[in-house]
Amino acid sequence: MKLEVKNLETDILIIGGGTAGCFAAITIAENSEAQVIIAEKANIKRSGCLAAGVNALNAYIVKGQTPESYLNYVRNDAEGVVREDLVYSIAERLNAVTEKMETLGLVILKDEAGEYVSRGTRNIKINGENIKPLLAAAVDRNSNISVLNRVNIIDYIVEEGTVVGAYGFSLDQKIFYVISAKGVICTTGGAAGLYKPNNPGFSKHKMWYSPFNTGAGYAMGIRAGAEMTTFEMRFIALRCKDTIAPTGTIAQGIGAQQINSLGEEYEKNYGAPKTPNRMYSTVMENRKGKGPCYLQTVGITEGQEEDLYKAYLNMAPAQTLRWLENGKGPAAENVEIEGTEPYIVGGHTGSGYWVDTKRGTTILGLYAAGDVAGGSPQKYVTGCFAEGEIAAFSALAYIQGKKCSIPNEQVVQKKLGVVNKFLQNNTSGLYAASEVEEAMQKIMDDYAGGISSGYVFNAGKLEVAKRRINELLGISYQLKASDLHQLLFIHEVIDRLYVCITLIAHLEARQETRWHSFQENADYPQKDDENWLKFVNSRFSEGVVSIITRDLVKKDDRYEH
Amino acid sequence: MSIKIDGQQCTGCGKCREVCPGSLLYADQNGKTDIRYPKECWGCTSCVKECNARAIKYYLGADMGGQGSYLYTKQEGNLLHWMIVKPDGSEKKITTDKTQANAY
Repeated sequence: MKLEVKNLETDILIIGGGTAGCFAAITIAENSEAQVIIAEKANIKRSGCLAAGVNALNAYIVKGQTPESYLNYVRNDAEGVVREDLVYSIAERLNAVTEKMETLGLVILKDEAGEYVSRGTRNIKINGENIKPLLAAAVDRNSNISVLNRVNIIDYIVEEGTVVGAYGFSLDQKIFYVISAKGVICTTGGAAGLYKPNNPGFSKHKMWYSPFNTGAGYAMGIRAGAEMTTFEMRFIALRCKDTIAPTGTIAQGIGAQQINSLGEEYEKNYGAPKTPNRMYSTVMENRKGKGPCYLQTVGITEGQEEDLYKAYLNMAPAQTLRWLENGKGPAAENVEIEGTEPYIVGGHTGSGYWVDTKRGTTILGLYAAGDVAGGSPQKYVTGCFAEGEIAAFSALAYIQGKKCSIPNEQVVQKKLGVVNKFLQNNTSGLYAASEVEEAMQKIMDDYAGGISSGYVFNAGKLEVAKRRINELLGISYQLKASDLHQLLFIHEVIDRLYVCITLIAHLEARQETRWHSFQENADYPQKDDENWLKFVNSRFSEGVVSIITRDLVKKDDRYEH
Repeated sequence: MSIKIDGQQCTGCGKCREVCPGSLLYADQNGKTDIRYPKECWGCTSCVKECNARAIKYYLGADMGGQGSYLYTKQEGNLLHWMIVKPDGSEKKITTDKTQANAY
């Protein structure tokens, strides 16, 4: 099998039609005549993180709060290492993008006075089951947006240090896409599946984050030499055991406390109730032999239980099926909780592209938004919309007066040759992509602070991880595909390996422990504000990751590269 | 976590194949849907909600505590009926309403 070239041209190419990507496309379409292509590896109707739905909007400025108070919360939760300019510019837009979603059909709970009903100080209640179909429908209503569903983008086209498009392939036809664009916005999401997951067997993909978010955008940026930030701040979610369903719905919805097997509330014994501490305290209780840990739900009313069944069906149906199958719901049995494998995800922590205030990456012509963009944790869904909007306006300003640059034939043929080599089946490879993936997950679990090592790592272990991951990268270029889906699997594992290489370098670089569990460096177990209240950034070039440290950026600064 | 597709029930409408976020669903030789890599399934139920033919059974893997029950859905305007079928054939229905926000 061989792929054939198909050339496309557009004003702005958006890579990834998820939360941020769809919102960026809608923003461009509603504010300009620019032509947009969304390249999406699945189908925008249900692709990305929100496929199953979302239980609440977790970033909203409720009555009595301000963008400043939101920034304070994010800064405090991230132990100070945030780009205030980025967080604040998101916070200012949270409510407007929420109202926009309501006009697109999102159901938001309101009180008698017509105000949104809050859940805590930053959250509002919705029915988010169909949030992605609503976004997709809004995209479809705009004639200047073309959607390429089931097209997997593999690398940027870079000319003289500027991104001028991207290469990809179809999952349905033998087509190699060469998409030329005046500007590119990367919205591919974060990376799951780097570490051995909670359910490593048949249910390996029953994870918190979308298993189809393989870090493609990070990997493309890394290979192109873009500066990346804060990969060492991994995200580990505290979830319902086995189903890996959200715990926030129970904890915030009905006020359930975390208890150990002795029935003791333990979270308060581990310091302030910050996101990493909810996880860390649970890890420590288990290490002390006080597990399993639970959310204390026994005794809730029948009505509350029925509401929980419905809430979970609207975002994580496996949990409701689990309760009903068991014959014991949360009113009769406490809900066991566990930590997930670590993910790299810029919508929750600070990992991703190092961007300027306008969301421009360090490579001209390339913008980033959502989980793939770094420096601003706790974006959640609405923050990703806000960032998609900012990137859209910045890309629109950038493309003014620009023309598409068509890459020359030799360059295209060289790239196509690399892809077609995977499809040459005259020699069968020794390994399958799935085997390389398993090997990678085992190495990361053992040597880079996965679940089985209690999320803890040290320099000696990271050294082993680095060597082994590089060996796997070598093997991965020998893999063979007999169909287009296998070609996708090969590219996904290669992308994950590039993310791992960068992640390991970041874990090595931060010589302190700033975020328990998320970044638990056994060689440096204390937080060290004197030396490390700053960003760890990196740049990949000729097989080597170079570390750069950067200062914090204040709220009113306009950061430029 | 995965789905089982009943080739007898599947009408071949193809709606489920469009929406899988992992692009895991394909048409077999008879135009019926097939899941090629069941272990890759995220368990999001996007396909289940598209199927009005009761052809897709959503179930928990044994490694997640599955005991043989499965789930399918029936769409009725803004109502979505979630049908949970136990191994003894008994059914429980829970209905969610697209126009109602979650209580939590």
